[in-house]
Amino acid sequence: MSKLDKYLRLDQFPHFACSGCGHGIALASMIRAIDKLGLDQNTTIMVCAIGCAGRLPVYLNFPSIRTPHGRALTIATGIKLATPKLKVIVFMGDGDAAAIGGNHLIHSARRNIDMTAIIAINEIYGMTGGQYAPTTKSGHFASTAPFGMIEPQMDACKLVEAAGATFVARGDIYHVIELDRLISKAISHKGFSVVEVLTNCPTQFGRRNKNSKPSEMIKNIKEMTITKKQAEQLSKEELEHILLRGILVDKECPEYIEEYDRITNFKEEASLK
Amino acid sequence: MSKKVLMQGNQAVAEAALVAGMKVCAGYPITPASEVVEILSRKLPAYGGRFIQMEDEIASIGVIIGASAAGKKAITATSGPGFSLMQELLGYAAMVEIPIVIYNAQRVGPSTGGATKPQQADIMQTKWGSHGESPRIALCPSSVEEAYKLTITAFNLSEKYMVPVVILADEILAHIRESINIPESDSVEIINRRTDVLPQEEYLPYKVDNTGIPILPPLGGGYRYNISGMIHGDNGIPNLAPEIIDYCIQRINSKLKKYYNDIVMIEKMEEENSKIAVLAYGSTARPAKGAVRMAIEKGIKVDFIRPITIWPFPEREVREIACRVDKILVPEMNFEGQVAGLVKQSIEGEAEVVQLNKISGLPFYVEEIYHQIIKINKGEK
Repeated sequence: MSKLDKYLRLDQFPHFACSGCGHGIALASMIRAIDKLGLDQNTTIMVCAIGCAGRLPVYLNFPSIRTPHGRALTIATGIKLATPKLKVIVFMGDGDAAAIGGNHLIHSARRNIDMTAIIAINEIYGMTGGQYAPTTKSGHFASTAPFGMIEPQMDACKLVEAAGATFVARGDIYHVIELDRLISKAISHKGFSVVEVLTNCPTQFGRRNKNSKPSEMIKNIKEMTITKKQAEQLSKEELEHILLRGILVDKECPEYIEEYDRITNFKEEASLK
Repeated sequence: MSKKVLMQGNQAVAEAALVAGMKVCAGYPITPASEVVEILSRKLPAYGGRFIQMEDEIASIGVIIGASAAGKKAITATSGPGFSLMQELLGYAAMVEIPIVIYNAQRVGPSTGGATKPQQADIMQTKWGSHGESPRIALCPSSVEEAYKLTITAFNLSEKYMVPVVILADEILAHIRESINIPESDSVEIINRRTDVLPQEEYLPYKVDNTGIPILPPLGGGYRYNISGMIHGDNGIPNLAPEIIDYCIQRINSKLKKYYNDIVMIEKMEEENSKIAVLAYGSTARPAKGAVRMAIEKGIKVDFIRPITIWPFPEREVREIACRVDKILVPEMNFEGQVAGLVKQSIEGEAEVVQLNKISGLPFYVEEIYHQIIKINKGEK
């Protein structure tokens, strides 16, 4: 029995994830961050939607709500407007965050409501059979990109930064201790925080891209990113196709609901008049 | 003491929602419903509530579902194009049994159609626009005063039966101004969802007692359970076992059946030995009623029936009238005769249904409906 077992709905195991899937590493990192911060299990709400990443939070022993594909951030926004004191964590995959829910991601970042979005990026739609995502790298193969991916890869971190997110970080499932720290910082941040987690899908992505060995895939993920410090040594051209790891944005801006309550002179239990 | 106030239809909905205890409103601008969100954006904070304008109607209904899951009554206001976008999450709300209220001021469709013109063509979309089968209640007000009253009823029914309720108005009612009676707020019945839950160890969110209605305490209120749009059993956890699929779909779709009498509301006027009835709803009911009165003055006996609840459809009451009369005239502002179809389905040939459809974006005039009654009376229709 691990001291983190209390955060799991153990009666729901075994889980559905494939062997070698990296999502569990991301989820475990989130749980360690929650444990380290000492968040209350009753008032920390897990919001998720569809796909492999979207289904995983159901295994966690928190109040949880699983929405239609891409809508997690809208439901999370409603929870916060109703009860701002709740901690809300939204766990999403490539499709939820960057494709069908992309518009909600942009506007959540812009609005700056105090909640955390964790985006597990594995470049593929795993649950539905390996179709390409907006986050699939050009040239990679997917069940709907049998000739290779033509579209350029979306950088969700740059997107939310441009939209105004006040905390943006990228981590991966190789640098796990760093990931724990990033998620913990994101949850502690006042405002809308985003952590992109690079993870692997051996079954649907690896198999189609001549690398389905989980350990090899994780090694590849390790090579995908460099730290900001390492980036300082590189030219602008060299940096163009390299992803940065670590905290990418961390700034203080007025939080939406605090601002709302201030300028509207909001009173919680105001009576009818 | 009630007081008399001059009010627009949209305003009545906004004011009544505040009285019902609504605390979160989310919306996206759309004609002819925008006044609702404009008014609530101004008034809600003083009532201990919050308004937000979202990036689209999908996000708006998402917000109100989230707010309601956290225990607060919530509303959104829209019209056809926005209502179409909401269908996905409307089905979700019905599936997970989170109460919400949607105000839809119907305008001319399809597509962009005509933003400032009325239509009554979202009747079927309200019930069947979302994939799969799930329950809804829809109420059709036909005056500003009734819009006020039914908005409170919408919240009450929604909370009581844990179901989405749609207030199905139209552009005429949305923008018309009438002098209405506002009841004293103490005299208004306000129903809140049940909170008498078992202790956490014994609690299963979708295990229902003999009421058939689940009790879902606010997210973050001390209970740890899962809400999911995937087929779920009593514990709320996804489960695709055949018996669970069967149970889940049956339960949500039958739960309103035993409350028919509490949910279904109609208005009717009956004449002895009448052979003709006029059935109309929403804004069309007013010229229809005028036409019926005119016919009665001319000595033609005509019954009048107005479904106030459109979903579930008042099939018992309509059938009862069909058993007495020969012909039922159904004037409505749509092309296909969406409610005429429901009437036919309900009465199973007991009477002949005569459609009168108007799709020009103009309201019905009393004379148009009156002339139709005359024709039916002469046997020409």
